[in-house]
Parts: sequence; C-alpha cells; structure tokens
Amino acid sequence: MAKVSNRLRWSDVTPKSDYLNRRDLIAGAGAVAVGAIAGPAMAAKLDHTKSAYSTDAQPNTFEQITNYNNFYEFGTGKDDPAKHAHRLTTKPWSVEIGGLVDKPGNYDLDDLLNGIALEERIYRFRCVEAWSMVIPWIGFELKALLDKVGVNPSAKYVSFETLVRPDEMVGQNYPLLDWPYVEGLRLDEAMHPLTIMATGLYGEEMPNQNGAPIRLVVPWKYGFKSIKSVVKIELTESEPPATWNIQNPREYGFYSNVNPKVDHPRWSQATERVIGQGLLARRRPTLMFNGYADEVADLYAGMDLTTNY
Amino acid sequence: MTLTDKINRTARKVPSWPIYVAGTLPLLWLVFLLFTGGLGVDPVKSLEHRLGEIGLQFLVASLAVTPLCRYARLNLIKFRRAIGLLAFYYVLLHVLVWLLLDMQLIWSEILKDLYKRPYIFIGMVGFLALIPLALTSNDYSIKKMGAAAWRKLHKLAYLAGIAGALHYMMLVKAWPIEPILYCAAVAALLLIRAEWSLQRRLAAAAQAAQ
Repeated sequence: MAKVSNRLRWSDVTPKSDYLNRRDLIAGAGAVAVGAIAGPAMAAKLDHTKSAYSTDAQPNTFEQITNYNNFYEFGTGKDDPAKHAHRLTTKPWSVEIGGLVDKPGNYDLDDLLNGIALEERIYRFRCVEAWSMVIPWIGFELKALLDKVGVNPSAKYVSFETLVRPDEMVGQNYPLLDWPYVEGLRLDEAMHPLTIMATGLYGEEMPNQNGAPIRLVVPWKYGFKSIKSVVKIELTESEPPATWNIQNPREYGFYSNVNPKVDHPRWSQATERVIGQGLLARRRPTLMFNGYADEVADLYAGMDLTTNY
Repeated sequence: MTLTDKINRTARKVPSWPIYVAGTLPLLWLVFLLFTGGLGVDPVKSLEHRLGEIGLQFLVASLAVTPLCRYARLNLIKFRRAIGLLAFYYVLLHVLVWLLLDMQLIWSEILKDLYKRPYIFIGMVGFLALIPLALTSNDYSIKKMGAAAWRKLHKLAYLAGIAGALHYMMLVKAWPIEPILYCAAVAALLLIRAEWSLQRRLAAAAQAAQ
C-alpha cells in the first residue's frame, strides 16, 4: 500500500503550465476523435499521427506480425508467444525509472503515457536470424520520456529490463536465458529520434506477444535489442549488461547494429528473407544499419564496427 | 506370451512396404499444411526444419533397431532398411528445400556457408554419409559387397547420426530442449555399441590369453 501512495505521477514532473495546456489539447482532440472511435475494437484503438520517419515499404500483415515472434519468455518456437502470451496481465503496469535521473520513481504506465503524443512509425525490422518484416509501430520517442525524468550529465548509457513473472511467462520456468531479459543503449542511441518506445501496432494497443504494454524499438539494430514488456529503465555511467551478449559474447555484441558485412559466426548477414512474400520470394540484400545509415551512421563515426559488432 | 513376443510374431508376418507408406504420411501432411497456410508465417523455414527433424527422427529410429533387438528382444530388423531409407529421403528433401527455397541457388552464398559455417558443413557431412548407405540399401548390394564389407560401410550411419544431432544443436540459439534430446539419444545409442565393441575385444583378448 505504501508502494502505491509513493508512486510518482506525471503531474509531478511536468511543468504546471504544460500540464494545463495539454488538458485543453486533449479535450479538443477527444471531441474530434469521438466520431472515429466507434466499433468493437474501440477500447484498443490508439490515437496517433503519421511520421516522416516511416518507410514507404508495405507493412507485413497483423497476422504475420503477431504469429512469428522471438519472445523466449513464452517459449522458443516462433508461434509460442502467440499461443502463450494471453496469460500475461498488463494492467496495471508500472515502470521503474532510476539511476542517474532527476526524478526517479516507480511510474504507473497510464500516468507515464498521459499526454504523450503517439506516432505511427512504420519501420523495417531485421532479426539477427536473417529474416525481416516491416512493422507499423505506434509509439513515441524515448527521448521524450528521458527528457521528462531529466537525465543527469554524468549518464552515458540507458539500461532496460523485462518483467519476470514465471507463472504468466511460461518460458521463464526454464533457464534458457538469464532472466530477466536486459538490454542497453548508449545515451546518444537512446536519444536518437528513430529510437522509440512502442505501445501498439497497426493503430491498436500492443498485442502481448509483441511486448505489451510497452517495448523498445531501435530499427537499425537487430531485433533482440528491442527489448519487450519493459518494467525498468535506468540511466548509468557504465555499459549495462545485455542478455544475448551475456549468453554468447562472441555472437552477440553490445551494439548489434544491422551490418551485412559483419557475419554472425554461424550464419551470413549479407542477405535476408522477407517474411510473408511467399514460398518463392527472393532473398534481399541486407542494408547497412538496416537502411537507416543516413540517419544513424554518424553515431558510430570512427568506430571499427567489426570489433564493435 | 509376452507383449514382445506378440510384436515379434506380428512383425514376422507383416511385410515392410507398409513402413514406406506410413513413412510418407508426414510428408503428405507437410504438403497439405504448406498449401493450406498451416506452416505459419515463414513456411520455407518451417518446411526446412520439419523435414530435417523428421529425417533425424528416422535416423535415430534406425540406430535404435539393433539395441532394441539385443536388450528388449524386440526384433524389428526387417524394417531397418525402410526406416533408414526414409531417413535419407527426408534429409534429401531437407537439403533440397535449403538449396532451392532458402538459399535459392545463390551458389556464392551456399559455398561460403559450407566452408564458413560449421553447422552447415557438419550437416552436409551427415547428408553425404547417407548417400552410399541409401545406394547400397538393397539385397543386390549386400550380395555383391559381401556381408562383412556391407556392414562395415553401414557404420557410416553412426557418423550421420552424430552429424545430424550436432547440426541441430549448433544452429539454435541458447539451449532449447529438443536438440539436446536428439544429441542424448544418438549419444546413448552409440555408447551402447561402444560398450558391445569393448566387451567383444575383452572376450577376444581373454580367449587369446588362454
């Protein structure tokens, strides 16, 4: 009970004037949206705007995106998450934000999202297993969140942690990975406008198997960096641990940027199979930084990407 | 009459062709799933993996025939050829799906994978080991080669079993349970044989010493 009463609200970290202004905006937006939210799925619909960061590529279908997942918390099969993730309860949900921030605390997700404008970001998604999809995420820039809690100047990295709840996440009953799943980004990567926290896809709330209710999406890195069902975000001075890097440091580096020239020790990363294109679809060459080189190559200027894989 | 006796008696009466028929059912099921969307979002990978796994299952089954005969007195040796050939057919289809649908005959990538990726190399070793076995799995070959030479050649099945299980183990991420089970099964079936071989040698040495 003490935990609940100590919980910070977004009203605690948002300047009062912004807070009041936003109420007007939301009231206005609500009036506009009323006509649009009829229908059976209205509870799950998310209001959002389009983004210039979206690709023109044709997104995979909802069916494909929600039935082909690597989410070992629910099993290692690609269809295991679709089968087992319904057990996960995502309400209520809180995210602990700590480390080198001005306003650490255990934030209720609804409060965290309150007033944050959602965008649709249609991103290419490249798995380290050499397959790819195009996914219409709904989310917001991680930077917006970090700015709200205030990042201390000494912070250099951001670490993330997934929920551990073995009775709902059946895969966690086996020591497949070192639970909880953890990931990390350098602060400049985290603050990059392409880096988002996603709360939905296809205009609706995030399906459980895709990392509900809130997950990271870093489109120029291999999919496993985009940690799901996040319960903890911490700003740190030193490089945080990352689950697959711990599991096999030779195969999975901290950066894990999509790079067709640096192969996985056990398979080539030069090409990818695009999911959903049928039996006879051609493999496609994988692009440097998954096609986001213009936006992110500067982050790694002067770095040897063969050793910093 | 024990259950084993009943099975052995029935086995003597049953010809081996129904094994081929039954062994084709998983393939027909896969083809059905393929054309009805039942193989999921990534049908190529699914088909490739399932064919490989069924091949490995038949391979393990063929390696289990002799130990079953010696320990459980369960005599299924007349079906071993059919089981082994089915293993070969499924592995062949697995390799063809890899070459045609997965790698799409991009030979530069295929050749690079073969020498750079130990799991692909080891898988290929297993497949190549099965080819002479499939070619000599007929009465004519046994007669022509002589039983001793034929038996010696067919020890390649051990290599194929090891290669198949390792190939599976090496391609997965982390340590899921299925490939571990196949590795354990192959290891157990080969250790049993190593033990027999040791006993034979000890017995021979004892006899020579007398």
